[in-house]
Amino acid sequence: MEKQPQSIDYNEKVISIHGLTKSFGDYHVLRGIDLDLFRKENLVVLGRSGTGKSVLIKIISGLLKADSGTVNVLGNEVTTITPQDLQQLRTRIGFSFQNSALYDSMTVRKNLEFPLVRNQRSLKRKEINEMVERVLEAVGLSQTINQMPAELSGGQRKRIGIARTLILRPEIMLYDEPTAGLDPITSMEINNLINRVQERFNTSSIIITHDLTCAKTTGDRVAMLLDGQFQRQGTFDEVFEGEDVRVKQFYDYNFIN
Amino acid sequence: MDTQNSTTAPATKAGPSISKRFTQFFVDVYDVFAFIARFFKEAFVPPYEFRELIKQTWEVGVRSLLLITVTGFIVGLIFTKQSRPSLLQFGATSWIPSLVSIALMRALAPLVTALISAGRVGSSIGAEIGSMRVTEQIDAMEVSGTHPFKYLVCIRTLATTISIPILAIYNGLIAMLGGYLNVAVNEGTSFSTYIQQFFQPLGFIDFESSLIKSTIFGFTIGIVGTYKGWNSSSGTAGVGKAANSAVVTAMFLVFIEEVIIVQITGWFR
Repeated sequence: MEKQPQSIDYNEKVISIHGLTKSFGDYHVLRGIDLDLFRKENLVVLGRSGTGKSVLIKIISGLLKADSGTVNVLGNEVTTITPQDLQQLRTRIGFSFQNSALYDSMTVRKNLEFPLVRNQRSLKRKEINEMVERVLEAVGLSQTINQMPAELSGGQRKRIGIARTLILRPEIMLYDEPTAGLDPITSMEINNLINRVQERFNTSSIIITHDLTCAKTTGDRVAMLLDGQFQRQGTFDEVFEGEDVRVKQFYDYNFIN
Repeated sequence: MDTQNSTTAPATKAGPSISKRFTQFFVDVYDVFAFIARFFKEAFVPPYEFRELIKQTWEVGVRSLLLITVTGFIVGLIFTKQSRPSLLQFGATSWIPSLVSIALMRALAPLVTALISAGRVGSSIGAEIGSMRVTEQIDAMEVSGTHPFKYLVCIRTLATTISIPILAIYNGLIAMLGGYLNVAVNEGTSFSTYIQQFFQPLGFIDFESSLIKSTIFGFTIGIVGTYKGWNSSSGTAGVGKAANSAVVTAMFLVFIEEVIIVQITGWFR
């Protein structure tokens, strides 16, 4: 169940964040975040609901604007990037949404083709079909190719959502609550898929979750977000062996409830 | 002292609220213009989405045909029937085709088509884009490096702008047939005579103004529907609100535009 050590390149930072703040009105969600993500590393961000975990990855992907601080992603400063460059950068980042965000008017095939044909317009039909089939095979759902999203189970939707991001061969994956709302067995399948993606596609990932099993299974490193700041960072055991009551509480409640 | 406090308190409370609303109004107006400006900035530059444009034009146009046919026929029939008693008093029933043609081509056909389309198409665009917004499908398009604004907003607005003038002409022609049914039953006028009398009072400016008017109506319905959907929030309730608001706002704007365009074309007659 524990994560196997990966060949992480600690000399290359793919994401580097300093002094990041974000508020919504009077509510200060992020209060000076510092974070580095290394090449081929899986970083799990843990925290209670409403602590700004999803806000953090939305800022990284340029969906939200930071109030202050710097966010460097693959050598691009996201806070000052031009729309054209952001568009380009986004093809190198995969974002798996909490509710999968599949296009419900399109079949699975069309869902997967959508980002592909719009970013690589020179591709021929045969190449598109091959890439769609390959990525579906990678998530183990080749049989769903002609199904509509409404016909899929929660776990299948998550996997198709991940497949849709993988089709552009991203260097970074951002997972927003990948196991939320899934049963334990399906959750474990998703956790294994996250690890397989890291190995097969050489991705660096940030995994947002409050599921400790997911954190332990997928994270090379874990960061605990409390009061808008990372209170503890390290391996899973390092984070939870400290004396901080709130961290301990988080651990206890996760396994008791 | 207490009395003074109790009388001043509500005024202080209402003050910021009014100024906040006033400011919000201008923020909203700015947002609308920024949205329209973005449409013109993105709609006519590559990459083009021709296949999607054809699909959406088909959705708006062909799928509205039955409704437009039925309402057009009924409008022509009823308008002719209701005009008859007044003209009969002056023995001027032979003028009915001319009266019907002017009313239909100059005002009724574009207006009826626009109102029906605002109800059918505007609401569906508002609801579709609204539900995509609240389920993060638009964000998913955004982060995959695609152009959701072009794909969802520009294409749908272009589709309504192209389809609605065509539907308006079709509506006018079907209404003409509705009018003929009444005239044929009551006066026994032949179809060729009716057609001749129908088109006789119409000038180029009538067709031209109808087409321009319908194009503006089409653009309005598209842009309002997409704007309401694009900016919807608060879950499923927000989607319903977006759809409803798209219809009400589009209908209101269509009437305002009708008044303005009638004034302007009046100067050229």
